[in-house]
Amino acid sequence: MKKKLTSVTFNDSAEKREKLLAVIEEYKGKEGNLLPVLQKAQEIYGYLPPEVQKTVALGLEVPEAEVFGVASFYAQFKLNPDGDIAIAVCLGTACYVKGSGQLADKVTEIVGLHPGETTSDGKYSFEATRCIGACGLAPVMTVNGDVYGRLTPADVAGIIRKYQ
Amino acid sequence: MDMLNIKINGVSYQVPKGVTVLEAAKAAEIDIPTLCYLKDINEIGACRLCLVEVQEMRGPSLGPARMVTACVYPVTEGMSIVTNSEKIKKSRKLNLELLLSNHNKECLSCVRSTTCELQKLCRDYGVDENHFSGKKTQTAIDDSSVAIIRDNSKCVLCRRCVAACKNMQDIGVIGAVNRGFDTVIGTSFDKDLASTTCVNCGQCIVACPTGALHERDDTDKVFAALDDPTKHVYICTAPSVRAQIGECFGYEPGTDCEGKMVAALKRLGFDGVFDMNLTADLTIVEEATELVERMTKGGTLPMITSCSPGWIKYCEHYFPEMTENLSTCKSPQQMFGAVMKTYFAQKMGYDPKDIVFVSAIPCTAKKFEVGRPDQNAGGVPDVDVAITTREVGRMIERAGINFRALKDEKFDEPFEISSGAGVIFGATGGVMEAALRYAAEIVLGKKIEKVDFPEVRGTEGIKFASYDLGGTKINVAVASGTKNAKKLLRGVQSGEYDVQFIEIMACPGGCVNGGGQPYQPASVRNSVDLRAVRAKVLYNDDASRDLRKSQDNSGVKRLYDEFFGTPGSHKAHEVLHTSYIKRGM
Repeated sequence: MKKKLTSVTFNDSAEKREKLLAVIEEYKGKEGNLLPVLQKAQEIYGYLPPEVQKTVALGLEVPEAEVFGVASFYAQFKLNPDGDIAIAVCLGTACYVKGSGQLADKVTEIVGLHPGETTSDGKYSFEATRCIGACGLAPVMTVNGDVYGRLTPADVAGIIRKYQ
Repeated sequence: MDMLNIKINGVSYQVPKGVTVLEAAKAAEIDIPTLCYLKDINEIGACRLCLVEVQEMRGPSLGPARMVTACVYPVTEGMSIVTNSEKIKKSRKLNLELLLSNHNKECLSCVRSTTCELQKLCRDYGVDENHFSGKKTQTAIDDSSVAIIRDNSKCVLCRRCVAACKNMQDIGVIGAVNRGFDTVIGTSFDKDLASTTCVNCGQCIVACPTGALHERDDTDKVFAALDDPTKHVYICTAPSVRAQIGECFGYEPGTDCEGKMVAALKRLGFDGVFDMNLTADLTIVEEATELVERMTKGGTLPMITSCSPGWIKYCEHYFPEMTENLSTCKSPQQMFGAVMKTYFAQKMGYDPKDIVFVSAIPCTAKKFEVGRPDQNAGGVPDVDVAITTREVGRMIERAGINFRALKDEKFDEPFEISSGAGVIFGATGGVMEAALRYAAEIVLGKKIEKVDFPEVRGTEGIKFASYDLGGTKINVAVASGTKNAKKLLRGVQSGEYDVQFIEIMACPGGCVNGGGQPYQPASVRNSVDLRAVRAKVLYNDDASRDLRKSQDNSGVKRLYDEFFGTPGSHKAHEVLHTSYIKRGM
């Protein structure tokens, strides 16, 4: 799937940046360093905004386009931050056959986001996840980590409202 | 050398150990089609068009036949290779049809029609272009750059451009982004190419097998100027264009077509067809003067040449701390334009605004250079339009001129005289050699007999030489390709290399291998060293002349006598020198 670039303003902190630079220093010059550095960068920032990818590119002396190529290729990398209200719908096989596709459409209708996007104000984010291991409750969605199961599209609005 | 015994299509051959199936077949004069493969820079076995069937020894007998990609599969002892079975042909055809299913098939209006490698393969294999139809990857044309246009709807994802940009040039502004069906060749964060650190060298264009990458076509601007009776329209051709223009008309690489080129341009209706070799000579006189001045008066050293606009932009992005090392001399193209809009305009009594000056160049980065600041000596841009060798070829075709039938003609006065030193500008090491021919005479204070400096010739990426000019020792270095430039400059910065004068060209091999030169398919690029073959034209031309040194060019002397005074004069600085920008990343 084509990943969406973020429109959320990047908030760096001296502490996070220091951590990132330390990671880059540790891996600099080592073969195959890009993937682990991006993983650690995502651990630090929660996602990989362009500013972080640029720092990694400069630090490791890897072209920016290659860093972006890797970040946009692997499903594990997030280009958008979690919103204050982070919504995820499981599109794993069990949930999908139980109708989670309609749940996802409903979320899009309510918050105006497609999977992988975050509102510019950082309030909402929406992700389509792979199986989260709650197939018995299919179809499931999570909000800020809380799991809601055996849902119908009609339940979605009420769940989101609880977090507003 | 260890040799292996193999069979190709039933015939026995001996090939050296370590070669690939593709190389073994090539040695046996058997063609295997390729699309993604570019020797040494893109060997990824991705397009699957070079599929062949091989059987390898399993104990005492041959194992089962398997399909492998010839471009990356090494031969083994006793291997039996079949390159053109029905199964293979069907498989290649199927792969081509799958490529076409996601391809913009507007071949009629495509700039690469008849030179497209995909088109040729489809014709060769008799494909059905509509066998598979369905959704196509969403793409948009990126025409933000003044030099290079990207159209992903014609991209086959072979990654030859990515390899040229990253592996060969060590720049990497483009790469594969996203995944699966959404994969496209893109820039970081979907930026416009114009806002990246792209240096406009155009090596991606000459690497591209299709019309997904091409130069911005400025031929219409030139035709419009030629059609405008109020304009005085002049063209000058860079040293290497004469060595390559023939390739647009079916001549073998390495055919000198200077006379026909001049004749064709005259028939297009230019008011004058001039030789950029003249300002190559002028560049040398100014640049060597600057070098001697820097060496004697304690200026910034090493001094680095400034003829290659791709290299200039590279330096500004990647080595902004070294822009003081760049010679302040404009490139020969810009010097010519500056002379046209000042000296020539005055001489002819023309308003510089009414002169349209076109340069024909082997280079896409020159399209960027014409719009640079501080390149407007006459109060108007020095150069109005820069067109590549390919565009010159297209103009000649469009005007219905039968290039091959033309009789040789000569460049127009007053800019027709040039030296051999100016000619060799088009090859890596040429500017250095030309400068040495001049610097040696200034430093020694007398005429030199030996004008050949073979140490700086050849297609090697980085070359070093030392000369003793009457007691003054000078160490020089020559690099071509930005990857080599980076290596050399890092060495200079670390103190590893002690050099006073450096020539750098953005394209590997110099202008003869520029990004604006005629297309040659991978089948030629993989087997012919185009850089060497094309450069030979220039060195032969140089050797055949009596006039070998820039300073002996009477045309250059006249410019100084009538206009500039002396080399490095205040006037020369005003008109012929420029400044740079620290761009950074």
